[in-house]
Formats: sequence, C-alpha cells, structure tokens
Amino acid sequence: MALDFSPVFSGCYKLLQGASVTVEITALALVLGCLMGLAVGVGRLKPERRVVYALCSGYVAVIRGTPLLVQLFLLFFGLPQFNIMLPAFFCGVIGLGIYSGAYVSEIVRGAIQSIDRGQMEAARSLGMPYGTAMRTIILPQALVRMIPPLGNEFIALIKNSALVSLLTIHDVMHEGQKIISVSYRSLEVYLAIALVYFILTGATTLALRRIEQHLRAGGMVQ
Amino acid sequence: MKTQKPIVHIRGLRKSFGDHVVLHGIDFDVAPSQVVVVIGPSGSGKSTFLRCCNGLEKPDRGDVEICGHSLCEGGQMLGDQALNHLREQVGMVFQSFNLFAHLSVIDNITVGPRKVRGVSKQQAEAEALVLLEKVGLEQKAHAMPASLSGGQKQRVAIARALAMQPQVMLFDEPTSALDPELVGEVLQVMKVLASEGMTMMVVTHEMDFAREVADIVVVMDGGVLIESGPPEVIFTNPTQGRTRDFLRAILTRA
Repeated sequence: MALDFSPVFSGCYKLLQGASVTVEITALALVLGCLMGLAVGVGRLKPERRVVYALCSGYVAVIRGTPLLVQLFLLFFGLPQFNIMLPAFFCGVIGLGIYSGAYVSEIVRGAIQSIDRGQMEAARSLGMPYGTAMRTIILPQALVRMIPPLGNEFIALIKNSALVSLLTIHDVMHEGQKIISVSYRSLEVYLAIALVYFILTGATTLALRRIEQHLRAGGMVQ
Repeated sequence: MKTQKPIVHIRGLRKSFGDHVVLHGIDFDVAPSQVVVVIGPSGSGKSTFLRCCNGLEKPDRGDVEICGHSLCEGGQMLGDQALNHLREQVGMVFQSFNLFAHLSVIDNITVGPRKVRGVSKQQAEAEALVLLEKVGLEQKAHAMPASLSGGQKQRVAIARALAMQPQVMLFDEPTSALDPELVGEVLQVMKVLASEGMTMMVVTHEMDFAREVADIVVVMDGGVLIESGPPEVIFTNPTQGRTRDFLRAILTRA
C-alpha cells in the first residue's frame, strides 16, 4: 500500500490548531509545575519541619507512584461524582502541572542540596534571614544546575500532554485521531503528529541550551 | 585595656554532635579590641567553639553573650530575627572562603549591606571600594570569584565581612586552604585589622601570627580549654604537658 499524505495536508490547519492547544496546555502546566516544584522542593529541604516535609513528601510519593492517565481521569471523570465539574482544558493543565511538579520538586531539591553548605553559612553569618539567603544566594546558583534535568522534564511534559486528548481536549493528538477516523490513514497521520511533537521538543531543547549558555557566559557557574 | 567589660562572654558552653561531645563546658571572655588566637590539635573543637559564637552551631548548654546581647542563655538560642541582627555585628571568615560564586567581587561585598541593612546600591558600592582598597584588590572589583587566587578570595571574604561593620571578627582557619606563598597576604590584612583595634577570634595553625599579633593565645584539646595566656608565656613556658606536646609537634613540622 502506498503512502498517501493528502489527509495530512488537507487537515493541516486542524493539526496546527491542535498543536497550538498542545503548546498552550503544556506551557501553562509547565508554569504550574515549576511553581509547585519550587515550593515542594524547598519544603523538603528541612525534615525537622515535620508537617511541611510530610505533606510535600506525600505529594511526591502519590503523584510519582500513580499513572498520569489515572490522575487525569480522576480529575475529569472522578470529581463529577462530587458535583465538581471542571472544564476539560482546566483538568488537563492542573493534571499535567501537578504531575510535573512532583518531578520538578526533586530537581529543585537536588540542585539546592548540591550547592556547597558554606554558601548558606556565609549568607547567614552576614545576618541574612533564611529566605533572603535562599532567594539571593542559593537559588540563583541552583538554577543553573537545574536546567539540564529541567530540560528532560519539559520534554517529558510535552510528550505526556498527548494523554489529555482522552479528556476531549482538542490537542494535536486529538485532531489527528479525528482525521484518521475519516481517512483511515493511521500511519501518515501519526507520523505527522510525531513530527509536531518532535519539533516542539526540539525547540525546547534549543531554547534551554541557549539559556544555559547565557547563564554560563554571565559567570553563574564555578 | 583588659579590665573593660568583655565583648564576648562565654560560660559553660557545651556542644555535642549526637553522642560525640565536642565542647565540654568552655568558659571564656574576650575584651574589646583583643586579638584571641585559638590553637590546638585537629578535632579539639576549635572550629565548633568559634561557630558557636555566631550561632552557626547551636550550643546544647551554656551562655554565650556577644556585644551585650545574649546569643544563647542556658542552651536556649536567641530567636531567628534577633539572631540575624546579632550576626550583623559578628563577622565570619571561613577556611574555604565561601564567596558567593554567582556574584562579582563587589556584589559579594555589597549584598550584605544592601539586603540586610537596606543600604543603597550607590553607598554600598562606595563603601565596598574603600574596603577593597584596604585589602589591596580595588582593581578586582568586577572580577568573578572563580578567577581569583585563594589569597585574593580570602581577602575579598574579609572585606565582605567588614562591610557589615562588625564589632567582632571570627576567623576559622583563614589560611589553611591556601598555598603557602599566599598565606602572607591574608595574614597581613588581618594584622592591619588587629592594629586598628578590631576584636578578633582566630582559629589558626600560623604560630608566627599568634606570637606576633595575639593578645591571648588559647590552647584547646579534647573539647576543653586547657590553657590560655599571653603568647610569650604559652610559647615559651606553657604549664600544661599537652600544650608542650602540641607545640613541639607543630613547631618541629617545618
């Protein structure tokens, strides 16, 4: 059977619309994931603050220990049993963001803990409060070390976002499947979808590499 | 000047890490403008002693009073805010410099005054340049720490501590991480500070510095203060056998 890409070309506009939904969802989830990851990662630095530590650790354990698809379905199909009906797009962003946040928090924690203890001690011995020292001394240095693993996490997030097509969200995956349902051209359309994801992840990789180079050039790295 | 009210006043200071008792009840006073050099074999608790003086380590028991404020009373630490405030008055210089790696030399010096004391950028930089000149590094103001030699890093670290206008300076083996040829430049800066009347507590293995600059030499071993006195007494006529053993070991090393 010969390949026939004409359904891809005629559905090109729909695929691009889907791609933009994928980008929107991923970008919003990424912001949410980073904020949650930062908060939870910092929350897990001091086990002696028991309540905060336990809450943050529990979050990471549950989210990392269960499938993303199940989490998304719980939000979208499970919560309506309590009459909590969230819009699909909202569920997608929240679900992906919460999921990503668990992984980002481990990246944040690891990067912060890799900064020499002496940096914090020097800051505190100048009279800086813990929060100020964390913001002005530790986090800027930790950020540089976070970038490579964050790159991995962002790429994973982009690819995982394909699951939100199952929440009736019209992302690129969903749009592609609609084209397949009328054209039966699975191979061609899935190849096109794969290409879209590849372009998105590639652009993310390049952007992060730029940022890292920029930070290194600024002397942020020992 | 040794009759003045002490600026550092320590009674019954005890500190342990787990089961390991590092400091067994230290009593010690430092008068304003005094230079105290703490010597002793490694593991004797010198650094812990110093770190208890600005709350980097929390004592288990005892009283630590600095600049008229109680840092620790009966093992109870000062609250966070008051502790931060007290630390502004106690400068600390570390063995491993601990310059902020992402900040230029001048930003390393100004970050404390700006973030903690709310000094304007302009004023903080003007003051920082004066301090850099004092440590002989005004031409390095915009260099990054990674490009400096160890001796230069330590001089910047001293300037950074001085920028907070402390009343007491703590030096935790400030020259131990330096190549031998760089030790002199750091000690020189410390000598100038001492001559200007800064109150200093210095943990060091530089016996010549101790002999030349110290008002009081303190010998520690096994977490206790075994002997203290003017350097001419400690170095020529120590009363304790352990002091003699330590000095013999360290002075015949070269």
